[in-house]
Amino acid sequence: MPITISILPGSNVSIYRQIIDQVCAAAFAGRIHDDEPLPSVRALAEDLLINPNTVSRAYSELAREGILESRPGKGMFISKRRQIYSKPERKRRIEQSVTSLVTEGLMLGFTPEEIVEQVTLKTKELGGSR
Amino acid sequence: MNPETPVIETTGLTRYFGNKKAVDGVTMSVPRGSVFAFLGRNGSGKTTTIRLILGLIEPTRGSSRIFGQDSQSLAPEIRARVGYMSETHSLYEWMTVRECGAYQSRFYPRWNEKIFQSIAGHFHLDPRTKAGHLSRGERAGLSLAMTLAPEPELLILDDPALGLDPVARRSLLESMIYVTRGGSRTIFFSSHMLEDVERVADYIAILDRSVLRACCSVETFRSSVRQFVLRYSGTSEPAAHLPILRGLLHVRRARQELRLTIASPDSATLEKLQTLGAASLEEAPISFNEAITGYLGDRGEQGFFLEDTAELESTRGMV
Repeated sequence: MPITISILPGSNVSIYRQIIDQVCAAAFAGRIHDDEPLPSVRALAEDLLINPNTVSRAYSELAREGILESRPGKGMFISKRRQIYSKPERKRRIEQSVTSLVTEGLMLGFTPEEIVEQVTLKTKELGGSR
Repeated sequence: MNPETPVIETTGLTRYFGNKKAVDGVTMSVPRGSVFAFLGRNGSGKTTTIRLILGLIEPTRGSSRIFGQDSQSLAPEIRARVGYMSETHSLYEWMTVRECGAYQSRFYPRWNEKIFQSIAGHFHLDPRTKAGHLSRGERAGLSLAMTLAPEPELLILDDPALGLDPVARRSLLESMIYVTRGGSRTIFFSSHMLEDVERVADYIAILDRSVLRACCSVETFRSSVRQFVLRYSGTSEPAAHLPILRGLLHVRRARQELRLTIASPDSATLEKLQTLGAASLEEAPISFNEAITGYLGDRGEQGFFLEDTAELESTRGMV
């Protein structure tokens, strides 16, 4: 089934981010097959009535993150090999994110237990369907 | 022309009418291929700025350039590359839609009749209707068709959505997206329709009481304007007077809550927020609409300017 992307202007999330989030969610939930191209930049822009540059930037970001891959002459596809970083690099990246998360949490006055609880909830929410 | 040369560039552009400053020291540049939205309240100086850029009026001080050439001495070849739609849609009322197109086409060697027909069709215009009998939305459609048919490289639209019904607004957006095909055309437009701006703009500039307050990409703007909610508990209430917070745009008060919208808060500002005696402090996501409205409200401090900087650019990929 081809992916359906829809956007909502006026929300708290930018249109650029909405596209990225939806493609990510569909990819991780297995709702897109890796032999099915995503809509072209122009088609999606005209369909959603948004600037093609925004679609193009979102696709590039997804390609940089290793979620999408570009197959010359065929378009953008869900990447078969989603793990693009080496093991130490992956470790470095998650450490960086965790550091900023925990710092922020403590700064806002949460206890370590509350922070862990938040992380557990979010992990269940986002990773549940994998 | 070097492709890096901005399509529009202004330097300290200033215009007085009598002793009233209509445009005050506006410096901005519009990159080639961008869809650039020019925002601000009525009377903030947007139309005057557009007229200065087009060379229709003279600046009191400062200068502006289109395709690198001074606006005050634009050669006909440069003018032919610019399409301008004024907010009034001046048309010859006694001509039919078809006649308006035929008349306009005489002035442009590169007139593309197919584009004229397709935009006119998009707005459901009957070629036999006299311009004087068209509705507000239909007039906009005809103006747009006449402006787009010569395939201008730079399109300047002064409040094109003004007075349009939702269907006509959709046609306008579709036409604007159509123009961006190919990637080398630039659209500079003013608007109050923030949802439309959010859909189509790459860059925004905000004019507030004749002064330019922001000129940056939409993503930079969104990541720079942040909102914080301070909640008070028990008998404690927010202080009547806040300390000076750099970049403070907007304050919304409830009895035990303060909602502060701040542009590019630095660490000193974030630390100050901790000292306001609130029981909790959290960041609240903010919509594009709220962020812009925060900028244009009356409480905003005018002492800062938001722009794309190397630092912000480098964080863009990480958000």
